[in-house]
Amino acid sequence: MVNKEIKRIYLDYAATTPVDPRVFRAMKPYFLNEFGNSASLHTFGQNAKEALENSREIIAKTLKATSNEIIFNSSATESNNLALKGVAFANKNRGNHIIISPIEHNCVINTAKWLKKQGFEIEKLDIDKYGIVNLDSLKKMIKDETILVSVIHANNEIGTIEPIGEIGEICRKRNIYFHTDAAQSFGKIPIDVKKMNIDLLTASSHKMYGPKGAACLFVRKGVKIEPLLHGGGHEFGLRSSTVNVPAIVGFAKAVEICNKEMEKESQKLIKLRDRLIKGVLNKISGSHLNGHPKKRLPNNANFWFEFVEGESIVMHLDSYGIAASTASACSSPKLEPSHVLLAIGFKPQEAHGSLRVSLGRWTKKEDIDYLIETLANVIKNLRKISPFKKNVY
Amino acid sequence: MYTKKVIEHFRNPHNQGKIKNPDGIGKVGNIVCGDVMWLYIKVRKKKNGEDIISNIKFETFGCTAAIATSSVITDLAKGKSIKEALKINKTKIVESLGGLPPVKIHCSVLAADALDEAIYDYLSKNKKNIPEELKKRHQKIMHEKKTIEEKYKDWIEAEEEMHKNN
Repeated sequence: MVNKEIKRIYLDYAATTPVDPRVFRAMKPYFLNEFGNSASLHTFGQNAKEALENSREIIAKTLKATSNEIIFNSSATESNNLALKGVAFANKNRGNHIIISPIEHNCVINTAKWLKKQGFEIEKLDIDKYGIVNLDSLKKMIKDETILVSVIHANNEIGTIEPIGEIGEICRKRNIYFHTDAAQSFGKIPIDVKKMNIDLLTASSHKMYGPKGAACLFVRKGVKIEPLLHGGGHEFGLRSSTVNVPAIVGFAKAVEICNKEMEKESQKLIKLRDRLIKGVLNKISGSHLNGHPKKRLPNNANFWFEFVEGESIVMHLDSYGIAASTASACSSPKLEPSHVLLAIGFKPQEAHGSLRVSLGRWTKKEDIDYLIETLANVIKNLRKISPFKKNVY
Repeated sequence: MYTKKVIEHFRNPHNQGKIKNPDGIGKVGNIVCGDVMWLYIKVRKKKNGEDIISNIKFETFGCTAAIATSSVITDLAKGKSIKEALKINKTKIVESLGGLPPVKIHCSVLAADALDEAIYDYLSKNKKNIPEELKKRHQKIMHEKKTIEEKYKDWIEAEEEMHKNN
């Protein structure tokens, strides 16, 4: 569909990342030679097991956790399901009240909705116009029946970073489990589960230059939790299934690289991100930044443009070789505006014109400049065919 | 998800723009829902006395499918008699685009509505006979418009306020 000769620029790293070649190299032997089942007794199995346990240790150390607190599984969606459902069912004798933020990823929102049908009470925290959770609303919302608080570390759409250290402290004081979905933040900004008083944490491989199909849930020792899958008792009985060793080896390698290069990489990305934000806001009239200007992921920029529809922007950018994304209603399977944008106070017509640009390891200054220039043209052309143009120019 | 035809129309829409002193205008959709289509028609009488859509243009705010259906309906209606143009329905529009994703079918309905409304506008302005079927369609479109406006009253008022300020 797209002209193959044009240069393609990927600016959708928040959706997924390419695998880093160093990660790919680390994984390769576990597909071809050391392919054993990590539960087998023979050398094939034991070599796979050793790789699995080394991977677990790398990730545990990075999070400041211990190895037996890391449960490998297939996706952030699975981790979030395990955290919410597993804690809810294991602790229902203590209470049935669960608190989440209104800007969680759909896999938390929809898991909470399902738990509501099972008799749990779900309450959503207040947030400000940037999406930052109001800590007073958390303190007020906690009651005797509260068993779990789940707040996303950094939002996947608008990139806003939540004060999870403070949230963790409040929850720990009240003896309530705290889960955070760190799918977008792990590997990009520092996390210390001890200092931040985190009881459960979701991390995903394919958002940080590892392969798809690997993720983990950190479960602090002593947290009462039920598994979703029953079977051979893999992963300390919390996730039965033959373990996807090559993907997990890749995940761990990706974590190692991100951790080592985090400071340098985030400095570079923040510079590029701010160049993009400044460029777009200066060059394009009727453009606005969504999310917090400072407390945001180093690689996330999210805009809304007046009188333009987001899906059309993305499709036009694609014809110029640029890959970005939108949360417009027209791009969603149910034609509903993004719950994140509505929660930070957007009107539906404003939510139509959103564009998310997420940068990554291989983004260059030239890419950003090309995007700004192309985007300005795309918006101009879309407004030209829109009946509302008089109101914009 | 989109066919080649849809993408072609989207990237290079046909008959895009405005007609000065049009003989009929059809304005449908709502910015709250994400699609707004305005169709302008110019009508000329042929020697045999038949009314012909001699020119047609569109202005659209919306997604890829909204822009592509706007473009394709102008192709389908241009040069047609009013009678023939009234036969253009969503099925014809979807066929001409080689298909639309199920979730985007409503865009083709919107385009058909815009043409109906433009023709209705022309006929009523010129005090011409309006076919019963078209009257019914017009009433249905007006009813839907009212329902949406009722539902999103606050937002639409805010939007109008924004227009005034710009």
